[in-house]
Amino acid sequence: MSERAYRWARDYGVYAAVLVLLLFNVLFTPHFLDASNFRTQLVQVTPVVIVALGMALVIGTQGIDLSVGSVMSLAAALVVLYLGYGWLPALAVAVLGGAVVGAAGGALVAYVGVQPIVATLALLVGVRGLANVLVPQLVEFRNPDLIALGGSSVAGVPVIVLIAAALTLVVLFLVRRSTFGRQVVAIGGNRRAAELSGLPVKRVLLTVYVISGLLAALAGVLATARLQASDPTSLGLFIELSAITAVVVGGTPLSGGRIRVVSTVMGALLMQLLSATLIKHNLPQSWTQMVQAVIILAAVYATRERGRR
Amino acid sequence: MDPVLEAKGISKRFPGVLALDGVSLALHPGEVHALVGENGAGKSTLIKVFTGVYAPDGGELSFQGRPAAFGTPLEAQRAGISTIYQEVNLVPMMSVARNLLLGREPRGRLGVIDAAVMNGEAERILAGYGVETDVRRPLRTLGVGAQQMVALARAVSVDARVVIMDEPTSSLEPREVATLFEVIRRLRAAGIAVMYVSHRLDELYQVCDRVTVLRDGRVAHTGPLAGLERLTLISLMLGRELDEVRSRGLTSFTRRRAGAGTPEPGTERAPEPRMERAAEPGTERVAEPGMERVNGQAPVVEARGLTRRHVLRGVDVTVRPGEVVGLGGLLGAGRTETAKAIVGALPLDGGRVLVAGLPLRGGSTAAAIRAGVSLLPEDRKAEGIVPTLSVRENIALAALPALARAGVVSEARIDRVVEIFMRRLRIKAASPHQLVSELSGGNQQKVLLARWLAVRPKALLLDEPTRGIDVGAKAEVQALIDELAAEGLGVLLISSDLEELVEGADRILVLRDGAVAGELSGDEVTEEKIMATIAEQPPEQEQPPERGRPGEPSRQGARPQVGERSHE
Repeated sequence: MSERAYRWARDYGVYAAVLVLLLFNVLFTPHFLDASNFRTQLVQVTPVVIVALGMALVIGTQGIDLSVGSVMSLAAALVVLYLGYGWLPALAVAVLGGAVVGAAGGALVAYVGVQPIVATLALLVGVRGLANVLVPQLVEFRNPDLIALGGSSVAGVPVIVLIAAALTLVVLFLVRRSTFGRQVVAIGGNRRAAELSGLPVKRVLLTVYVISGLLAALAGVLATARLQASDPTSLGLFIELSAITAVVVGGTPLSGGRIRVVSTVMGALLMQLLSATLIKHNLPQSWTQMVQAVIILAAVYATRERGRR
Repeated sequence: MDPVLEAKGISKRFPGVLALDGVSLALHPGEVHALVGENGAGKSTLIKVFTGVYAPDGGELSFQGRPAAFGTPLEAQRAGISTIYQEVNLVPMMSVARNLLLGREPRGRLGVIDAAVMNGEAERILAGYGVETDVRRPLRTLGVGAQQMVALARAVSVDARVVIMDEPTSSLEPREVATLFEVIRRLRAAGIAVMYVSHRLDELYQVCDRVTVLRDGRVAHTGPLAGLERLTLISLMLGRELDEVRSRGLTSFTRRRAGAGTPEPGTERAPEPRMERAAEPGTERVAEPGMERVNGQAPVVEARGLTRRHVLRGVDVTVRPGEVVGLGGLLGAGRTETAKAIVGALPLDGGRVLVAGLPLRGGSTAAAIRAGVSLLPEDRKAEGIVPTLSVRENIALAALPALARAGVVSEARIDRVVEIFMRRLRIKAASPHQLVSELSGGNQQKVLLARWLAVRPKALLLDEPTRGIDVGAKAEVQALIDELAAEGLGVLLISSDLEELVEGADRILVLRDGAVAGELSGDEVTEEKIMATIAEQPPEQEQPPERGRPGEPSRQGARPQVGERSHE
């Protein structure tokens, strides 16, 4: 593959794939363009998108955050526990809980020097346990505001999709225009150089994990609102894998130093569309998984460092 | 006697460099052979060829009279070539005994390791190396020196015919060095060939019989060490012919050394370590009128008694505005470490740094940069560029806070700064948005210089600023250093290129073994003088040099010295 073709594939491959899949569905899948079907697809992918935004930042620093699924379950537990104070205070507590877990992971990584995969693996295990202690079984709730947050739409677009879109813009702004975003990318690209350039490396790393925890908690609250029930036992299980997949398929290299926000969202959409398409055409779930594996490998191939250093 | 290990015309090429160019070297049984050379001379490549890490591209290797081609380090080791690296490569969590006898543990019935026999044997072996310890302890609980002895004992006990030691003393205490030398002498007596790689000349003269000097991938000299003058050895390492050192005018430094280079009487740094100063609160003076002022200029960087175990022994450095201070010395003398210590990138055991008269908080490069001191690091790839970012982002990196408002970067301001510096430094890139990793080494270096100039420093520490860049870029960088100094920037210039040092610097501090061995200014700034200062024989040859133990004055401090300042 020539250098230009390679670059094109790396930068726009995910967009092209989403486009091709959409086109295929429009032509061959009955009722694909129905508003309700389309809306369902978007609503389903929303938690993954929100979690993947934080994951993209973490991966940009050469890190990884495995704790996101457990943070979602903790948020689900906290939000029903504090729902008596009203939905907004409950939401605030849940998001704060996510930030605290993120800070714990970030502190381990940045200040203690624990490897990100180990630090967040510990949190993955422990935080899910904590959530289960707080809310041992599925709890249904009737708070109309929270239910509305999960179920209502504005001009036909579900509120939670709008929230995800807004968060995408915020993270995009952070990465593109803020000092913080530039520092995140520089740290991922060459930590020693960033340190010698006087960047607040540890603080930035800590913040990145806090943001990831915050976003995961928010995703947990939104998913809970849509379910109209808090289910810490199974909410967010394996979502870290979907989020990492979205980031990688979007073209953000695991080696850090580069963050692609919109492509990450596209990556999540691609995986969602793919499984929806295969299911609609009566292929079993196991087929979806194998096709997804091929796409992940293709993405990693396209983003690998080529003959440098 | 026939050589036990012999290289004949070995060549090794890496992309873009010929690391070894027809190197021949014979290692005889019962000799201690020193291998020396500066950065990039090819020492480590040659060792890796000997130990089977690299296969040579040309030439041949023979071991015990037969042609040898070691495919892997294990093969070389099995054949009888053992290597002791700076970092001990044993299993830290396993017991000392297990490490010592790894792979050949005494076994009882059913193939189970017989711990009692193993421990007994380990104790017996180690006693011969001056290590007395409970061999059941995990290896990592031992001191570095003792760990190294275990590695050495292991190497020798596996029937080594050749032992290669790469910088074995870099983290040893003097007492441990003495033990090591004893072991080396025993190896020699036992007919084992030792290749000793070090840049500590004192050690070479104490323990080595012969020496081979590598330079730019070739053998510059090989022969007996006794009778070889230190000065000659240094000139061979640095590649400067003694009778040619006066040749001038080949670099692009044009500025004449002006008054800034002539210090007033009493300014000369005494070379002895000064760690005791850090311990005495009474010596905390911010400025010493009359001592540090030259031409009415207060120093912009004033480092006092920089001390770090095994690395720096009370180094004092003063840089005034508009002055280029050279830092000379051999590889491993502490030049890079001094620069890193000044900007807070190297944790210190003692000493302090003042920038423009104000003390700097240690351990924070951010604080140093804010105060106005920046370091252009030696290793451009590992510590300089961010390869995934563009030229533009790399230039703006350190100055980002100044180019942003409320945490939001101003693209217009970045564009302006980037344009100014790309033009001034003539950075050749397709566009500011080109990836920095796609540029040539010279242009990458200019990008890094631009990064630092963009933060408007008061002083810039340049660690080998022209290494590995092409001739044109080298000349431009040298001219730029002159220009910046003329504009009032204080510059600390580290260079292994003596010519660059002599022509670029107003004043030169020569480091040796982590301490200032002398200061040259005015007419003394010559290549000859630098080499002579490096070669100066420290006293007490028999005693291995004391290395910076915080709070413990070194013996070398007692040495009489011209211009020595009395201790407070």
